[in-house]
Amino acid sequence: MKLLVNTFRLFLVGFVLLAFGVTTSQAANKVLKIGHIGVMSGPAASWGLINKYAALAGAEIINEDGGFEIGGEKYDIEIVSLDTKQDPRVAIAGAERLVYQEGIKYIIGPNVDDTTRAVLPVFEKAGAFNICYGWHRELFTSPSKNTALGMIAGYQSAPVIYKYLKEQRGVKSLACVPRNDASGLNSRDSCVAAADQLGIKITSSDSTYEPNTSDFFPIMGRIIGQNPDLIVLSGVAPADAPLLIRAARELGYKGLMSTETAMDANIITEIAGEMANGYISVGGASAPELRTDEMKRFIERYSKVAGEWNDEAGTKVYALEMLLQTLRVAGAAAIDDIEIFKAAMPKVNAEDPFIKGGKARLKWVGQGYFDQLRQVSTPMVITEFKDTDFVTLFIGYVE
Amino acid sequence: MEQVIVNSLILGMNYALIALGLTLIFAIMNVLNFAHGQMYVLGGFITYYALQVLHLPFVVGLVASVVVLVLVGLLSERLLFRRAIRVSTREESTMLLAAGLALLLESLILLFFGEKQRGMPPIISGVYQVFGVYIPAGRAFVFAIALASLIGFVTFMQFTRPGRALRAIAQDKEVTALQGVNINRYGALGFGLGAGLTGLAGSLLATIFAVNSGLGTAVSIKAFIMVMLGGAGVVSGAIAGAFVLGFLESFGYAYMPGSVTYMLIFAGMIIFLVFRPQGIMGKPWG
Repeated sequence: MKLLVNTFRLFLVGFVLLAFGVTTSQAANKVLKIGHIGVMSGPAASWGLINKYAALAGAEIINEDGGFEIGGEKYDIEIVSLDTKQDPRVAIAGAERLVYQEGIKYIIGPNVDDTTRAVLPVFEKAGAFNICYGWHRELFTSPSKNTALGMIAGYQSAPVIYKYLKEQRGVKSLACVPRNDASGLNSRDSCVAAADQLGIKITSSDSTYEPNTSDFFPIMGRIIGQNPDLIVLSGVAPADAPLLIRAARELGYKGLMSTETAMDANIITEIAGEMANGYISVGGASAPELRTDEMKRFIERYSKVAGEWNDEAGTKVYALEMLLQTLRVAGAAAIDDIEIFKAAMPKVNAEDPFIKGGKARLKWVGQGYFDQLRQVSTPMVITEFKDTDFVTLFIGYVE
Repeated sequence: MEQVIVNSLILGMNYALIALGLTLIFAIMNVLNFAHGQMYVLGGFITYYALQVLHLPFVVGLVASVVVLVLVGLLSERLLFRRAIRVSTREESTMLLAAGLALLLESLILLFFGEKQRGMPPIISGVYQVFGVYIPAGRAFVFAIALASLIGFVTFMQFTRPGRALRAIAQDKEVTALQGVNINRYGALGFGLGAGLTGLAGSLLATIFAVNSGLGTAVSIKAFIMVMLGGAGVVSGAIAGAFVLGFLESFGYAYMPGSVTYMLIFAGMIIFLVFRPQGIMGKPWG
């Protein structure tokens, strides 16, 4: 009986301590809400979900470490995430909910040009700031002031990749195969412009494919008939890339293939396997030889949150970090006032915590492209697929 | 040109497999199954899971996809559609129910299988080159299985007692009931068979096309195009519609700018249906 009473007391004390601990932990840190809005259902669901998982993983790590310090005070990060269903009307409703109902000032997303365009007036009116993944130039040039590009755009990476392939692999002709939507066609235009500038012959740029195409044999048959040295998958979704590669190889194509966007090694391995060897794409901080310990920890946490790692998240890890680093520089007043945040943007210059070597910096860039600092300094890691993973060819930076 | 013709045939056969289940369910139950694409996706994911996660042989994945989808079909018919058909004479009730089922299945698939595109290497690797035409072994294998399944299905419908009963229900439900055929039992069989065929299509085609949780609507749209072209509720019509779409798509992509192909397909379909609303093989009276 005595043992029973003692055990009960022990439980009681433990429960009180636990409850007290939780209460004090909650009371100690304020909560900073960061919004996320992106497509998380339908065929393009992976784009928005990667952003969400990356933000959640980043927030979990910060909270686990005791919160993020801004103006001498610690904040726990809470991610409020909403689905756009890739529909501008749903995106507007979601944006209004984030800024008016939740009172959020800093948002990650949306993912593509049309939903980004749709939500900008809402953010503008409500005085909110977002890092998006649509990449049309007009989104980031004046009079648009409250949105920044969270990745490397096709018009930034295409000239770099083609120059490398022209000089190192002797590419003299290329064919662009874009998806028939705004992002794909914008990428195609960048592809054509960059190839023209470098004197590379374009064998085809009008062979588009519809979103949700599953059989790429017909489309690739036409491209391969023109025998280009390089096939560029303009703005290709990670889901479509391995199918396009597989179709091209099964039709006997032996030339080079590339894209300007981030890819997922697991999907490529599963579907295209060895056929994808030599495929060139743009990665972030995910290449194994570049990862810092912090990036490894992020990958581990992301895998826990999402169920498995996705290399695309190597470019999405930066959004939350950049928002928080800028808030830290700007001070606590910026949490409710994005004008203070924007004023502090040029002052942000920290070591990139996700890439080894110390050369990469965490800062706002894009002056040369948008006449204002409206781009996150995501490294342009040009990679080549080999067997089951990406191997880094070289790293570039946008200024 | 030879390559385009071979591409058309392979694509047509794949599409036929997708369209059959939809037209069968429509013929037997008069239900436009908007969840058809999601059932296809589920079939693909089950095979993926069996092969890539559990490392089971392909045949196990194939059988599992068919069995699970037959069960999904039977349960949908028994728990949802049978009652809706009984209590409501309005056709849109079952259409809305099917649309709801599509959303439910899509959400469940996203929840259980995640947002990523999933695929697997070809079941048979290698590429045959016949008179300058490239034929991947994996596609040839799927073509052969699909052809065998089509022949098996048509034989079942033509020469077996349940097949004859299903055809009779498709022609006239009331008269068939008066002949002593248990409409509920055969309705369930038709729904299960239709869903099972969709599972078979998803399983086979996942090996060459891959699947993702959001693919269902696109699959449904293509299946509806084929069924409308061929004649709703007519098995031979669905097969004809599938080959017509396969040829149009392959020739369109080969000889026209990509964005024009589907615009022309849709425009052509509208014009065709204005003049022949019952489709290629359908009868004007239903």
